[in-house]
Amino acid sequence: MRLRILQLLLLGLLIVAWYVMTAPGLIPPFYFDKANRAAFFFGEPQKVFWVIFDWFASGEIFPHLGITLLETALGFTIGAAAGLGIGLWLALSPTASAITDPYIKGFNSMPRVVLAPIFAVWFGLGIWSKVALGVTLVFFVVFFNVYQGVREVSPNLIANARMLGASQRQLLRSIYLPSAMSWVFASLHNAVGLAFVGAVVGEYLGSSMGVGYLILQAEGTFDINTVFAGILVLTACALVLDSLVGVVERRLMTWQPKAGQTEKV
Amino acid sequence: MTTTKEVPALALADITCRFAARDDASKAYTAVANATLNVARGEFVSVVGPTGCGKSTLLNVAAGLLEPSSGTVEVFGERLLATAGVNRRAGYMFQADALMPWRTGIDNVIAGLEFRGVPRTEAVAQGEGWLRRVGLAGFGDRYPHQMSGGMRKRLALAQTLILSPDILLMDEPFSALDVQTRQLMENELLALWAEDRKSVLFITHDLEEAIALSDRVVVLSAGPATRPIGEFRVDLPRPRDVSEIRMTPAFLDLHREIWAAMKEEVLKAYEQQKAI
Ligand SMILES: Nc1ncnc2c1ncn2[C@@H]1O[C@H](COP(=O)(O)OP(=O)(O)OP(=O)(O)O)[C@@H](O)[C@H]1O
Ligand SMILES: [Mg+2]
Repeated sequence: MRLRILQLLLLGLLIVAWYVMTAPGLIPPFYFDKANRAAFFFGEPQKVFWVIFDWFASGEIFPHLGITLLETALGFTIGAAAGLGIGLWLALSPTASAITDPYIKGFNSMPRVVLAPIFAVWFGLGIWSKVALGVTLVFFVVFFNVYQGVREVSPNLIANARMLGASQRQLLRSIYLPSAMSWVFASLHNAVGLAFVGAVVGEYLGSSMGVGYLILQAEGTFDINTVFAGILVLTACALVLDSLVGVVERRLMTWQPKAGQTEKV
Repeated sequence: MTTTKEVPALALADITCRFAARDDASKAYTAVANATLNVARGEFVSVVGPTGCGKSTLLNVAAGLLEPSSGTVEVFGERLLATAGVNRRAGYMFQADALMPWRTGIDNVIAGLEFRGVPRTEAVAQGEGWLRRVGLAGFGDRYPHQMSGGMRKRLALAQTLILSPDILLMDEPFSALDVQTRQLMENELLALWAEDRKSVLFITHDLEEAIALSDRVVVLSAGPATRPIGEFRVDLPRPRDVSEIRMTPAFLDLHREIWAAMKEEVLKAYEQQKAI
C-alpha cells in the first residue's frame, strides 16, 4: 500500500516536471531560444490529457485501438502457440534440432523488423502483415524458452515417471509440459510486449487503421501532443496485457514456491 | 520344487558399467566391473558399500534405466533390454528427490495409477489409504515444496508402493530421516513386505539398517571397478522389530563380522577420494 502511494507520487512528480518544463512562459527558456519551443518538441501534459479524453469521449479511438489490439492478440497467440509446439518438438527430437539449429540461430539473430516491408508486400496493408511481424517477434522468444525449459527437466523426474509406467505421451503431458511452463510464462511477459511492437511498427510502415496509424498521422502535422497521447495509450494497454499474463500465470503456477511463505500473525 | 521357483526375481550377471569421461574418451571410468547379484523371489537383499562405489549405478541397471557396458539383466527369467524400455515389474525409490513439484501430495501418490488409466475416484481412494499408511494423512493437498525432507521421502515411498510392484528397488530411502522416524518407517516397510513378500533390493550405507531389514547383505568393494566382495546370510528370526533386534547378540556378531569385511574398503574409498 505504502509502495503504491509512493509510486503514484512519483508519477505525479514526473507530470508536474513535464508541465513546468514545457508550459510556455512559465519559466524562462534555458535551452531553446523561444518560450513555446519546449512545448513544440515535448508536448504539454494537460493537452495530451485532453487529446486522450477526446479520443475516448468521442469514441474515435476505439476502432483504431481495436485493430491494434486484434493484431497484437493474433500475433501473440499464433506466435506463442507455434513457439510452444515447435519448441517442444525440437527439444524432444535431437536429430531435428541438430539439423535445424543453424537456421534457427540465423533467423533469431536477423533483425526481424526489417521483414516488415516484405510482409506488407506479401500480406497487403491490412492486419495480416502486422500479425506476421508480431508472430516472427513472439515466436523466437517463446521457442527458445520452451526449448530451454524442456532441456532443463530434471532427469530424475523423467526416470521416476518412466518407472511409474508413463508412456512417451504421458511423459510429455505430465513432465515436460508442466516443467517447461515456468519458462514459458517468463517468456510470455516479453512476448506480449513484442506482439505490440510488431503491430505498431507494422502500422507505422503502412496502414489505414490502428493506433500506430494515428501516431503517424499526427507526426505528419507536427501534432506532438497527439503523438504522446498515442504512446501513452499504447503503454497503458501493454501494461494491462502484461498483468493479464500475470493473472493467468498465478492461476496456473500455484505450485511454485514463493520466497518466504510464512504468514504474519 | 518346481523350476519356476528357482528362477530369481532379479538376476544381474557379470555387469560392467563404464562411463565415458566428458573431455577424454580414452579415460573412461569403470564404475562397476563383473558384478553378479541375484535376488530370489520374496527375498530382501541389502547392498552396502562405501560412498561413490557404484550402488546407484547398479540399481539403475536393474531398473532398466541404464544399459550396462556388458553383462545381462534377467527379470523373472526374462532378459531386460534397455532399448525395450524400463523394468516394468519393478518399483524404484530414488536416492534424489523425484516428486513432481507441480502436483500435490495425493496427485503425486496416484501418478502411477493415473498412467495406468485407473479412474480418478478409485485412484484417489487408494492414494488416501497410502498417505495414511506412511503417516501423511491430511497432507494430500500440500505441494512437495511445502513438506519437509522426511515427508517427501515418505510420499515417494507411497508413490512407489501403491503400484504394488513385484520387485522393489530402493536407493537409500531412509537416509534423510531422523532416527525415530527412520525406525518407524523401517518397521512399516518390514510389515508391508511381510504381507506379500516382494523381492527387495535395498541400498544403504548403514550396515545396521542392512542387517536389521534383510535376509542377505551384499558388501561391495570400493570403486573403481566395484564388485561384490562378500555375502552374508542374516538368519535372524522374523517378524523383527528393528530397534530391538539391534541389541541381540546374534545381530552384534553379524555386525562385527560384516564390518570387518567392509572396513578395509571404506578406508580405501576414503583414501581415493582424498587423493583426487
Ligand atoms: N553418468 C555418469 N557419468 C560419469 N560417471 C558417473 C555417472 N554416474 C555415476 N558415475 C560415477 O560412478 C561412480 C558410482 O556412482 P554411484 O552414483 O553409483 O555411487 P553410489 O555408490 O550410489 O554412491 P552414494 O552412496 O554416494 O550414493 C561414481 O564415482 C560416479 O562419479
Ligand atoms: Mg547412490
